[in-house]
Amino acid sequence: MSVTTLSSPALAQRQPNWLVRLFDYKPFLIVMCLAPALGLLAVFLTYPLGLGVWLAFTDTTIGRRGIFVGLENFQYLLTDPLWWNAVFYSVFYTAVATFGKFALGFWLALLLNNHFPFKSLLRAIVLLPWIVPTVLSALAFWWIYDPQFSIISYLMVDVLHWRSNNIDFLGSPWPARFSLIAANIWRGIPFVAISLLAGLQTISPSLYEAAMLDGASAWQRFRYITFPMMMPILAIVMTFSIIFTFTDFQLVYAITRGGPVNSTHLLATLAFQRGIAGGELGEGAAIAVSMIPFLVFATLFSYFGLARRKWQQGEAND
Amino acid sequence: MTDTVAQPGVTDAKAAPDTMAWDSGLRRLMMIYLPLGCFVLILLFPFYWMAITSFKPNAELMNYKEHNPFWISSPTLAHINHLLFNTAYPRWLKTTMLVAIGSTTLSLIASTLAAYAIERLRFRGSPYVGLGIYLAYLVPPSILFIPLATVVVQFGLFDSPLALILVYPTFLVPFCTWLLIGYFKSIPYELEECALVDGATRLQILRRITLPLAVPGLISAGIFSFTLSWNEFIYALAFIQSGANKTVPVAILTELVTGDVYQWGALMAGSLLGSLPVAIFYSLFVDYYVSSLTGAVKE
Repeated sequence: MSVTTLSSPALAQRQPNWLVRLFDYKPFLIVMCLAPALGLLAVFLTYPLGLGVWLAFTDTTIGRRGIFVGLENFQYLLTDPLWWNAVFYSVFYTAVATFGKFALGFWLALLLNNHFPFKSLLRAIVLLPWIVPTVLSALAFWWIYDPQFSIISYLMVDVLHWRSNNIDFLGSPWPARFSLIAANIWRGIPFVAISLLAGLQTISPSLYEAAMLDGASAWQRFRYITFPMMMPILAIVMTFSIIFTFTDFQLVYAITRGGPVNSTHLLATLAFQRGIAGGELGEGAAIAVSMIPFLVFATLFSYFGLARRKWQQGEAND
Repeated sequence: MTDTVAQPGVTDAKAAPDTMAWDSGLRRLMMIYLPLGCFVLILLFPFYWMAITSFKPNAELMNYKEHNPFWISSPTLAHINHLLFNTAYPRWLKTTMLVAIGSTTLSLIASTLAAYAIERLRFRGSPYVGLGIYLAYLVPPSILFIPLATVVVQFGLFDSPLALILVYPTFLVPFCTWLLIGYFKSIPYELEECALVDGATRLQILRRITLPLAVPGLISAGIFSFTLSWNEFIYALAFIQSGANKTVPVAILTELVTGDVYQWGALMAGSLLGSLPVAIFYSLFVDYYVSSLTGAVKE
């Protein structure tokens, strides 16, 4: 403060403008800076989140204010085979797709971590599936999975002669479920690969040199250096991936809309079908709210399960 | 040719290292280039298929026996023509662009200020505010869309692109704030202290020193916001009713998919045209994109 009083010419110059002085008052500036972000989040995120939980306990429908019905919506869901089916498929979809994304993404990251020409160009190309709007690439998959004109069927039947008839990818439950998972893995690989590549590049080469001198094999180097060093970043990326795969909506809605015979409904698509398309806002909200326990569990599991090594090593958070 | 004739004597001496080099070259090919090639092929194939379908005449599209499906014998612009002149596609593109630019601008302003306050105007509890904003990113849209639909109706914004411009920041602001906090952290604090001692106001410091230095961060936050809002689907599907106000992803799925016989040519042309703006935008700033993505994860 003494510095500012000393340089009085500068101070005198801006003294008249009370607005400038107000903005120089730190608490006021802090409030003004945080107001837009926190305001937007409060009105369009925190309030709706609370409202959603409230709606889940009411029998609101579109155009009619609901009354509080307690746990009725949830009791109904427990007796609803479609809800159980959606729970099953959401968990299955998340587990298989996450496993696939991480196995293949990790492999791709290890490949991209080598030195070869046009490395940065290749990295840019590899990210494309993640950039392009999901629905638009999902439409491409829908066309690839077409019952009559699928290019995969063409390859298998007419070119390789592995099968005698076309595959009906989306016509029956299990093939449809796996087709969606394949599309989800395809879309998720780039993000996992690029994130893990970033982690790989933070591992010091001297660790590998030391291991090489000790005669460690390639597998041992991966098992005892790469893998443990990657644990913290794997935990973060996996937590993200699990949350966004479990609550996925676009891909399923674009390719199967939950069919055939409701076998591919995720909780999110079921919530949309009941809540918005069917008008049962309360029930839809209850389905959406029923995702929360799974999310919390999955987050805790992947975060603490995988990050365990991090605090064992006594590192500070983040 | 003379070289090869002269070779035998030399190769004898070098035989061992030569085979080793060849061996490791083959090994490299099998372990790195081959799997890498497969990955690239699989990751890019849907785009190739999308592109090739957009230019195929219907006769070729449905006839794999006489035409090689991987190539086009007589390319046509009919699908794109149909899309641009017989549907509301230009209008959808314009709406999507408007929504993406609007929500990106709004979230950039809000998150720059928030990140500046959290990282630079240190105050008691600023780490908690930062954590709170970060946690907001983990609240998935598929939990929020039903209550948000009723909020949007309450505000009289149903069926208006303005609803999307106001709602998209809920996932853009957390992401951008998180990214920008990292950028502000990398700018030396001493620069601001010097300016403060010289009698600059805090707003002057933000405008003249911190923001210009954070331009790379602002650019990457902008690209991410733009691509994320272009990609958004569930809110646009739930809040927009009339065909004219729809965004590209929603409109293609709800307006172009009609009846039992899908117009694959037009659908793929629509997907291709809808992907291009993002892909072009991405390719312009790809270095920012990749580095900030990797940087954000490293944090």
